[in-house]
Amino acid sequence: MSYNLDTLYRQVIMDHYKNPKNRGLIEGDSLTVDMNNPTCGDRIELQLQLEDGIVKDARFEGEGCSISMSSASMMTQAIKGKKVDEALAMSELFSDMMLGKEIDTDGFELGDIQALQGVSKFPARIKCATLAWKALEKGVHDQG
Amino acid sequence: MDVRAIKEQFPILGQEVNGHPLVYLDSSATSQKPVSVIEAVAKYYRETNSNVHRGVHTLGTRATDQYEGAREKVRAFINAKSTAEVIFTRGTTTAINTIAWSYARANLKEGDEIVITPMEHHSNIIPWQQAAKATGATLKYIPLQEDGTVSLEDARETITPNTKIVAIAHVSNVLGTINPIKEITKIAHENNAVIVVDGAQGAPHMQVDVQDLDVDFYAFSGHKMCAPTGIGVLYGKRELLENMEPVEFGGEMIDFVNLYDSTWKELPWKFEAGTPIIAGAIGLGAAIDFLNEVGLDNILEHEKKLAAYAIDKLREVNGITIYGPKERAALVTFNLGEVHPHDTATVLDAEGIAVRAGHHCAQPLMKWLDVTATARASFYLYNTEEDVDRLVEGLLKAKEYFGDVL
Repeated sequence: MSYNLDTLYRQVIMDHYKNPKNRGLIEGDSLTVDMNNPTCGDRIELQLQLEDGIVKDARFEGEGCSISMSSASMMTQAIKGKKVDEALAMSELFSDMMLGKEIDTDGFELGDIQALQGVSKFPARIKCATLAWKALEKGVHDQG
Repeated sequence: MDVRAIKEQFPILGQEVNGHPLVYLDSSATSQKPVSVIEAVAKYYRETNSNVHRGVHTLGTRATDQYEGAREKVRAFINAKSTAEVIFTRGTTTAINTIAWSYARANLKEGDEIVITPMEHHSNIIPWQQAAKATGATLKYIPLQEDGTVSLEDARETITPNTKIVAIAHVSNVLGTINPIKEITKIAHENNAVIVVDGAQGAPHMQVDVQDLDVDFYAFSGHKMCAPTGIGVLYGKRELLENMEPVEFGGEMIDFVNLYDSTWKELPWKFEAGTPIIAGAIGLGAAIDFLNEVGLDNILEHEKKLAAYAIDKLREVNGITIYGPKERAALVTFNLGEVHPHDTATVLDAEGIAVRAGHHCAQPLMKWLDVTATARASFYLYNTEEDVDRLVEGLLKAKEYFGDVL
């Protein structure tokens, strides 16, 4: 079977890779999470500003492939302004999406994130896509 | 050397991947296995399977003979003086850890030094970091030259009378650098240090003569030289091994067991606790037969030609950065402009070409190269110039694919 790279590298992904949203950290009171993918060296630093159970701001810095960096860009865009619980629910949904499960997107504005659906067909790249989301989960978890 | 005939002996290489004939360029990670090795392992399980060194029955004797026969093949392969110096391990990592746990912890104290290089694989860094922490010894690095080689001058400067252990790769798994082991061994010995050679990328590709090199320890893995995973070798000079304590205890390695004290079997078995890796060792024996039949010198010559061809061809790809020295083993580590190596590897995979992308278990070296990751194409005796051509075509596709976004 031959596979189609276009299912992986959607234009939206390339746009986020080329012009990432929320990239670059800012000074100030915030929660920073370092996360890396030890098998390949991708690295992300996620900066979260959580206030009253709401994600006030989300920014990132890091080094990695088009999938990991675009996913971080999309994630920060998607969770900004959301309730922390909603962001976590979205993370779970994303995880299911990567596993190729049927997902119920009712109540979620996935937006650009949907473009990453094709990653589920490239098992070697799933960890790239989930890196930012794992950082989010760790950040919220560490904060208690 | 008839590469096409050799390739045909590797069943896995005959398949298509993602609609294209497979081009396997990841032998530095693990090599493929010829049919003779696959059959030797299957035959052992079909006809001989039995535990070794204990059964009185016929199968037990047969299994023991084959297992110890494989040890003799390894001995001859690296020209060790005696099979007592050939210890079967799980692989290079276990072999190096054995030295770090046994020899290093018994012989190092505060003020002593362990000397390694920044080009080492994690498995030849972390065991020494841990041994240094446990004993108070200092870990030192011989700096690398700009082209990724080690100069003897720097080696002489770094290795001092306080140095007790020098540990270095025979061949770098990232740069392809072939280190001057014989000369560095001399420097180590002049300072009364022992030398530990990580031979994971050496033994599969070139004739290793441990007596000629005069190395104290040499570690390598079967799976990178056509044998199954899970089998490797620790070579050590007899007088060193005699004085070392085992790191694993249990069945198979004992002489007498009393209620509160026990004594160990003689070499090499005192280092092989538990039921050994019988099928793996027999597979390694078959792999050595296979490699000897082709001839290590022929393999090295073929690989050198192929590496030179690959570098020439890859240089023609616009925007490529190739890492490592001119004179090198059969691997090429590179980056394609701003395209991340994962993305490069995914595009290549879509073309049926398998390369490694990432940090290659050498994070300190990635820092030295000032990159976070690289792509690596590594060759073995079954690779052809056509494989290199396919790689170059694949890279051009990757450039085309990512060209408009970067």
